Amino acid sequence: MSARTGSVSHPLPVLQPQALAAHQAALAAAQRAPVDHAAKAEVFLRDGARAAWQDQSIWFIRQKRDRARDAVPDWEALRAAAEQIKSHTLSKLAHYLEQFEAHATAAGATVHWARDAEEHNRIVHGLLEARGVTRLVKSKSMLTEECHLNPYLEARGIEVVDTDLGERIVQFRGEPPSHIVMPALHLKKEEIGDLFHDKLGTPKGLSDPTKLTEAARGHLRDKFLAAQAGLTGVNFALAETGGFVVCTNEGNADLGTALPPLHIACMGVEKVIPGPEQLPVFLRLLARSATGQSITSYTSHFHGPRPGGELHIVIVDGIRSKVLARPEYRGALRCIRCAACMNTCPVYRRSGGHSYGTTVPGPIGAVLAPHLDPVRHAALPFASSLCGSCSDVCPVKIDLHGQLLSWRGELTRLGLAPLRKRVMARVGEAVLMRPWLYRLAGWLASFALRHFPRFALVNRFNAWTVGRELPRGAAESFQAQWARRKTALPSPAKQEKRP
Amino acid sequence: MSGAREEILAALRAGAPAEVSLPDLSKLGATFPDLRERFAQAVVEVGGRCMRLPAGAPLEPALLAIPEYAAAKKVAALVPGVGKANVDAEGATDPHSLADLDFLVLPGEVGVAENGAVWVVRHGGRGRAATFLTQHLAIVLWGDALVADLHAGYRKISIPNPGFGVWLSGPSKTADIEQALVIGAHGARSSTVLLVG
Repeated sequence: MSARTGSVSHPLPVLQPQALAAHQAALAAAQRAPVDHAAKAEVFLRDGARAAWQDQSIWFIRQKRDRARDAVPDWEALRAAAEQIKSHTLSKLAHYLEQFEAHATAAGATVHWARDAEEHNRIVHGLLEARGVTRLVKSKSMLTEECHLNPYLEARGIEVVDTDLGERIVQFRGEPPSHIVMPALHLKKEEIGDLFHDKLGTPKGLSDPTKLTEAARGHLRDKFLAAQAGLTGVNFALAETGGFVVCTNEGNADLGTALPPLHIACMGVEKVIPGPEQLPVFLRLLARSATGQSITSYTSHFHGPRPGGELHIVIVDGIRSKVLARPEYRGALRCIRCAACMNTCPVYRRSGGHSYGTTVPGPIGAVLAPHLDPVRHAALPFASSLCGSCSDVCPVKIDLHGQLLSWRGELTRLGLAPLRKRVMARVGEAVLMRPWLYRLAGWLASFALRHFPRFALVNRFNAWTVGRELPRGAAESFQAQWARRKTALPSPAKQEKRP
Repeated sequence: MSGAREEILAALRAGAPAEVSLPDLSKLGATFPDLRERFAQAVVEVGGRCMRLPAGAPLEPALLAIPEYAAAKKVAALVPGVGKANVDAEGATDPHSLADLDFLVLPGEVGVAENGAVWVVRHGGRGRAATFLTQHLAIVLWGDALVADLHAGYRKISIPNPGFGVWLSGPSKTADIEQALVIGAHGARSSTVLLVG
């Protein structure tokens, strides 16, 4: 099967230095261009039936999460504890990382530090190159997605195979994940069937998930057995013991690290927690929040390399120390990447993960991405109704909608908010600052809604009416009703005095 | 050490907020009237099977009731009393040699009633590949090794010795294609816990 897997999994020719520089410059330019979330969402919504299917399938995960939560009587106490443990760790992060490094080193692992994505990629490539590795298997790691590790390694002649089924699917398609827990959530089984027919030689028209998974199992077994190194992410790192925990349902992190002699684990600085005593708080929350499971099938604890093998841990900063220094945003570093905030988000569900143009989409992505590049990601904090459902479901109680609002203010002050939003904010400010103008505007709006012809209100210049109807205007304003009732009804104070 | 290490640690120190205390976790946890009953139910919920055995009962007849064991050709076991065991997982110097293992019987250390997870530290030999390569898995667990939840579980297990330990909860699974649950993604296609006593 491995001979038919297409260009993605074949080692690519090593690029010449000039070609590589041009490739990187093009990539950097593409990464700077602002992402127009609304425009991408509009494209996504053109296929109404598909958009509705996507919305429902994501909401289904939210419902599974709710049922799992209801089975845990101490759920809110767990959330409070998780928030406090993470806040504690963040307040002593340097201390815990030093402790983690010392214990991990004592257990036989080698710890590396990377200031940014480039340094991280260079370290990983250096480790592979020094050992002559050309075949790498990876389990899911959002950090390596964030660092664009795969293209970096592929450009240097290393075959990188993502082994999580969903990640393998999007890797075959040459596109990023649309969801951090279920990377291929945006695809229909028929599309995956066509893809596997093309890449793995499954029968044409086969779309049964069990049979497609079986085909991927066979294909990836070959990759696991042939791999010279395995790379994993880290869900939790334990300062007290120098080990780390990786959670998967498929067992791909375990297979990928049990066979080849080299294991590389990549983690952001925020992944460390004090020790094993705190771990169950997060393990009881993570899978329930993510998929509604009580725990993942495999929760693996790695302390040091396996006998005869090597373990390297790469600790990455990226934007994290910058975020830590911002009091209004540092709570986002508590994130355990469960995706509950995106599953509940009405905007994510109705615009799809790819419309965000970021590694991590949804509310948590929208509060993290502007730290990385406020120009490119300026639209994201506006891709929210600020309903607050994300904050309500977050297992570590990140004030997501509060952060989105903070970003709106900050981006507007920086002059980076979308033009329409800036104009609207100015108009809103002018009206709300002047009660007489507010009353006049209210009267005008109500009059227009009652008496203007429909085409004057519902047209392409009024974004509100794209996909929505306008209400009928009320004959009497709220203020007028309030003034009338206040004189007609007895006041609450008088009611209380009645015997 | 490297400049990156010092720079990162300095930035994290400079940006750190005032110290926040650690919470008291003593009130967290689940309680169940009957740990064995709840554990057996939880194993089924996570896609596994649970068979109850009286203490002292022979293992082999129970194993033979598992269709995958009855059909298995290559069997390895890290517990005594497995009649069909014919592969020496502990003696394997190259984990790749275990790629065609059909069935593996492992001892479990601790079981968690809340989520059906079993703590496994004995995987055999130089590596731990057999646990993840085998097509089917059975875990032998003593009834008195059950605890209500993970908080109690972590008090009972020993970290970090040995270097690798895993909570196994049901078979390998995925729902990456239209959220349809498929058992047997990369690891074991079936997982049976034999709960003894």
